Amino acid sequence: MKVYLFCIALLCGWVQTAAQAEVFERTLANGLKVIVKEDHRAPVVVQQIWYKTGSMDERTGVTGIAHVLEHMMFKGTKAVPMGEFSKRIAAAGGRENAFTSYDYTAYFQQLHKSKLPLAMQLESDRMQNLTLSAAEFSKEIKVVMEERRWRTEDEAHALLQEKMMATVYQEHPYRHPVIGWMSDLESLTVGDAKAWYTRWYAPNNATLVIAGDVSANEVFALAQRYYGGIPTRVMPSRRDYDEPAQTGIKRLVVKAPAELPHVVMSFHAPVLRDPGQDWKPYALEILAGVLDGSESARLNKHLVREQQIASGAGAGYDSVSRGPGLFIMEATPSAGKTVVDVEAALRREIAQLVQDGVSEEELKRVKAQVTAGEVYKRDSVFYQAMQIGQMESIGLGHRVIPLMLEKLQAVTAEQVRQVAGEFLQEDNLTVAVLDPQPLSGKPKTRMEGNSHVR
Amino acid sequence: MFARFGLAGLVGTAALCCVATFACASPQIQHWQSASGARVLFVEDHDIPMLDVSVAFPAGSSFDTIEQSGLAGLTHHMLDLGAEGLSEDDISRGMADIGAQFGGGFDPDRASVSLRTLSSAAERDRALDIMARVLQHPAFPEAILAREKARVIAALREAETKPEAIAGKAFSKAVYGAHPYALRASGEVASVEKLAVRDLQEFYRTHYRAGGAVVAIMGDVTRAGAEAIAQQLTAQLPQSDAQVALPDVTTRIAASEQRIDHPASQSHILIGAPGIARSDPDYFTLYVGNYILGGGGFVSRLMNEVREKRGLAYSVYSYFMPMKQPGAFQIGLQTKKEQADEALQLVRGTLAEFIAKGPTEKELTAAKQNIGGGFPLRIDSNRKILEYLGVIGFYDLPLTYLDDFPRKVEQVSVTQIRDAFARHLDPQAMATVIVGAPDGAAK
Repeated sequence: MKVYLFCIALLCGWVQTAAQAEVFERTLANGLKVIVKEDHRAPVVVQQIWYKTGSMDERTGVTGIAHVLEHMMFKGTKAVPMGEFSKRIAAAGGRENAFTSYDYTAYFQQLHKSKLPLAMQLESDRMQNLTLSAAEFSKEIKVVMEERRWRTEDEAHALLQEKMMATVYQEHPYRHPVIGWMSDLESLTVGDAKAWYTRWYAPNNATLVIAGDVSANEVFALAQRYYGGIPTRVMPSRRDYDEPAQTGIKRLVVKAPAELPHVVMSFHAPVLRDPGQDWKPYALEILAGVLDGSESARLNKHLVREQQIASGAGAGYDSVSRGPGLFIMEATPSAGKTVVDVEAALRREIAQLVQDGVSEEELKRVKAQVTAGEVYKRDSVFYQAMQIGQMESIGLGHRVIPLMLEKLQAVTAEQVRQVAGEFLQEDNLTVAVLDPQPLSGKPKTRMEGNSHVR
Repeated sequence: MFARFGLAGLVGTAALCCVATFACASPQIQHWQSASGARVLFVEDHDIPMLDVSVAFPAGSSFDTIEQSGLAGLTHHMLDLGAEGLSEDDISRGMADIGAQFGGGFDPDRASVSLRTLSSAAERDRALDIMARVLQHPAFPEAILAREKARVIAALREAETKPEAIAGKAFSKAVYGAHPYALRASGEVASVEKLAVRDLQEFYRTHYRAGGAVVAIMGDVTRAGAEAIAQQLTAQLPQSDAQVALPDVTTRIAASEQRIDHPASQSHILIGAPGIARSDPDYFTLYVGNYILGGGGFVSRLMNEVREKRGLAYSVYSYFMPMKQPGAFQIGLQTKKEQADEALQLVRGTLAEFIAKGPTEKELTAAKQNIGGGFPLRIDSNRKILEYLGVIGFYDLPLTYLDDFPRKVEQVSVTQIRDAFARHLDPQAMATVIVGAPDGAAK
């Protein structure tokens, strides 16, 4: 589950301390922000370009276009025809890929430090000169449909997640999947891709992050040379969607081929907007760590090991996003137990948190993991660049990273108890249940205890 | 997140990289045998105040029997769920308290336990103390075994509904027949149900021997410190000499094709045969050749034919999985059912042509440029270097292996690739598995 993994990644590698001194930043005249993280452990470099544009900027009917354009970005320009981008990076010994999320779209290359100019030349070229042909589009959209079948339609848990998000959010565009609804994919045209590219792909809507065995000044000079001439573009105004307040519990059931049922409980929760003043998102991060930060965390210890109600259980929360946040708890019942049993067990964990709070020992443990994660993070140059790019793309900026570590370390047990009580409650809640279907297509045991709301 | 190239493809590539490919001379590998008899490989590096350690044993799923399939995996899984003087909770809490991370690996050849910890004495010593007890005095508590068996069985039943898992199982069986490489890592429901504490104890005693252990140490510690750690982790391992030999893999198989019904919208297709052992002299040649065929991501022939030209699949890949005995050569893809046969014919045609004619000079040059030029990316983190130390130690590769790699890649010729593929792979003698077969085509 995306939310869960993302949260753990952030928690483990939350912040930079001394390393922060090695981060340099400059904004070119055309608005492109360039951030350099020097790390001289190996003769390699990563280039990441982050566009502040993701699926949440899409409109109903054209969902999936942010991701489809990501695919199309590899289809060539006048100077670098179809297939050449990948070939040239490969010939330079490099690796390359891209990813799209709700909040942003990013492209990256990892290669020997001497090849950075090549990577910049290719990346800056496709920022402004992409050739979007109908013929290539018609092939690539089929690839994306295969991707959707593979990732979502034939994956019971992904399907559950997709349908849950469409229920959790009534108005906010997070209700649409990043990969898009199949019927939208079927109707997208190369014109939609062109419109998306023209609207969002501009230097003033992007952040360039370079990390590795480089000197910041050299990188700034290279960035000026390759990206400096790309014209600024007027960005369309963005609408902030306020998700209407939820007024009662929501429930949904998803049938899909599987053996084991699964329950996901999603609670609306705040995210960081003012990193210096906010405290609830930090407390929620610690809460997620208490429930599911390690093997010894509460859900695994109580539900899986001691009570043996669940064969697996987890929790997740991500304090950093452009849109609204969710606190998620989930579990798979163990043999002989039902979804009703695991939902009740998850609710008992919440009740216990609200009543008794967390111990100083638990608090200390989660904070120790945050501190160690900060050191381990330095082993991956790619991840460090990624963290910078994410923070920039969602509008908080990479400079708040050290502040966030301090704030996280300052969370009190009482604050954790308070946010559990405030947010993990009925009117914030959507319960999604996977009702496993046999492969033969014949119904097996009837599920019990679930009202079908949708 | 949705990436342009998915996990399925990367799994193949990543697995190959881990097991097989290295380059670059940079890390100075130190090597010795500890007093316990374990082999130790060590790279000293003080850039980051942390330490990575792994200990591996020849105790993977190929040491299982059909009757006790899953025993090796369960033994490995149970190691950190209770050890002399420590409950499972003591172990997990003890690690979490200091921000240390326990990990591990398990495949047909190897079972390993790994640790990442801060290198400051307080954290390091506590983490290593727990790791030492877990490795040398696992308790295999009865009640926990019952609980974990139930979890493994639940996961096995779940896997039996997933097209990837169904395809993988059928493929292993088709390629390896009665050889233990065909056995599933987590076993079968019926075999796991029967496993008892004494089975795990016996497996542990026979396979977790000091003499077979390979200790890899990477990071912020001195040579003397590393020597002490290796000894601390292995001195009290079982000392028996009972070496268990693996039977030989039959490398030539008869052609087969299985079509298995599944309600998924896509067909999951696997094609392959036994490939090569880690020690095979053709290893580099086949590695370079496979990069061109289906290992090189977007620039490979399979990707070009199946995805880029025709939009038939999101991911298509091929790899050799070199093991102690010949591991599988495998091609994999997923495509919607209606076009499965079209994709299958295309893949078979691409493979047959590659085997018959080999790559072009241009393709070979491009492959060498990528594999050679990308060499520093293979060893740019402590985690990656630790993994390579483990592989070099376990498969008895020369300590100069990292230096040799780029040179040997550079020497590969078109003729050698054509010749090696023809000797190792016969397109007329491959196993094919199609799960979620096209409607009406199911047999």
